[in-house]
Amino acid sequence: MFEAADLWPPIRLTLELATVTTLVLLALGTPIAWWLARSHAPWKEAVAAVVALPLVLPPTVLGFYLLIALGPDGPGGWIAALAGARTLAFTFEGLVIGSVVYSMPFVVQPIRNAFAAVGDRPLEVAATLRASPWDAFWSVAVPLARPGFMTGAVLGFAHTVGEFGVVLMIGGNIPGQTRVLSVAIYDYVETLRWTEAHILAGGMLAFSFVVILAMMLLDRRIGRTGT
Amino acid sequence: MRADGGTIEAAFAGTLGAFSLDVAFTAPMRGITALFGPSGCGKTAVLRCTAGLQRLTGTLRVGGATWQDDAMGVFRKPHRRSVGYVFQEASLFAHLSVRGNLDYGARRSGTPGHAPGLAFGEVVDLLGIAALLDRAPAMLSGGERQRVAIGRALLSRPRLLLMDEPLASLDRPAKEDILPYLEALHEGLSIPMLYVSHDIAELERLADMLVLMDRGRVTAAGSLAELEADPRLPLLTANEAAVTLDGEVIAVDEDYALTSLAIAGAVLVVPGRQGGPGQRRRLRIRASDVSFTRARPVETSILNCLAARIVSVTPQDRDDAQVNVVAALGEDAAGARVVGRVTRKSQEALDLVPGAEAFVQVKSVALLASAATPASER
Repeated sequence: MFEAADLWPPIRLTLELATVTTLVLLALGTPIAWWLARSHAPWKEAVAAVVALPLVLPPTVLGFYLLIALGPDGPGGWIAALAGARTLAFTFEGLVIGSVVYSMPFVVQPIRNAFAAVGDRPLEVAATLRASPWDAFWSVAVPLARPGFMTGAVLGFAHTVGEFGVVLMIGGNIPGQTRVLSVAIYDYVETLRWTEAHILAGGMLAFSFVVILAMMLLDRRIGRTGT
Repeated sequence: MRADGGTIEAAFAGTLGAFSLDVAFTAPMRGITALFGPSGCGKTAVLRCTAGLQRLTGTLRVGGATWQDDAMGVFRKPHRRSVGYVFQEASLFAHLSVRGNLDYGARRSGTPGHAPGLAFGEVVDLLGIAALLDRAPAMLSGGERQRVAIGRALLSRPRLLLMDEPLASLDRPAKEDILPYLEALHEGLSIPMLYVSHDIAELERLADMLVLMDRGRVTAAGSLAELEADPRLPLLTANEAAVTLDGEVIAVDEDYALTSLAIAGAVLVVPGRQGGPGQRRRLRIRASDVSFTRARPVETSILNCLAARIVSVTPQDRDDAQVNVVAALGEDAAGARVVGRVTRKSQEALDLVPGAEAFVQVKSVALLASAATPASER
């Protein structure tokens, strides 16, 4: 039996998760990207490698460690205890944490590259024009690195929407709480509800296409207005 | 602790990659002081240290304020130093329009104690950038970009303007286009400038003071005219050796269209109507345009025959064919110094030795473009 109303909760949850995750990623990823782009510390690349780990780790491995970390005996459980809960696993907050870790490289890398491309000179110019380092960061570095932020935000958002393995490991399949799109599709296929699976999968396909197209157009526009 | 309010005292020492820098100089808080020397001699490093963009040990006092004194643990961060910095290559903010770039400096200049600044309109007019205000930096030519960068630096109301070879990345026409604006700044503004260059032609038109550098050391410092006529310095043996003098128009002969300019110890007559009495013009006398006679010449086509006394005679080349003769103008030899390059044969025949009285014949005088008339070149 096809129920359109059933399709909406996972879509809404997925969009919520991706939005929150992207915002957290921009807030956390920007200082990390800045430090990676500008620091001369010898162990900088080690930090970069840790950030990039999710690119190569199987999602199930990442999900397994996250499950332990978020569970009652991990730091996640300790934090949950402060809020009166037992665990962060199988919660929306847990999903956000997992998604942030999982999508981090997709946000940090483009922003880091953009900051590196800005170089020292504009910041030196800003300093000689009496801008404090904090002022120069916001008035010069961030606007000049805007293409990197755009790319990072789009990639972070899209990647969170599409994640499956990590969600399954740490989120389970609780409708309205952790049952996101990709899990819902998997469910529908398992239970042979092809219509719903088609609608969601087709939607994802269209969404991904629009995202990629938007990024390319954005890139071209920025390329034209030029530096 | 207030030092002399009218000078910039700088001393920096340290290693910079392959070589060591150890410089100390004093510059006046007015006019253009040029740091001159071959590429890689550390000029730019001195400028960066002055702005605080780079840190070497040393001291820096600007008009009585201490910007750096390692003995006292003072080091002002770059954004707390009242400098305007014009970089060698275009350094406009790509994400801002020309107006946005100009405003960037102006908006952050409001700290009390800064020099009274120029108004936005004045700077825009002075640099001829009114038509560019709404453009993006990417749409400007190299010369236009540098003019905007200079305007941006000026609008931050600096006490000291630092220019790091602002013309070096420009081609010849763009340079010629921008030089009159720099000359206008030089004449019209009271902001002192430290100006880095390895092009003596540029400095002949702009500099008042010269700090000569070589391999991280200061080899000489003084007025431009003084150093050009110093036999111990390489300026004198350069192919295009010349002296640069500042003159003041005292009279114009309307009949013959000749202008008389007073320089220290002499009056020079130059062709053309070169402005009204009292106007200052910079002129340049090439060593190859100067010759000497022992007696006052009669029946010569050369207008400028000036009484002088020989100060020094030094060989020009290895063959010992030519010598550089430096002469001080005026009956009392207290005036400006000029340099003449003559053959050793003539020098010996005329017995041009230090202390000898002679007449300097100047075949031609080049008037360097002045702020009053930027269009008239030479």
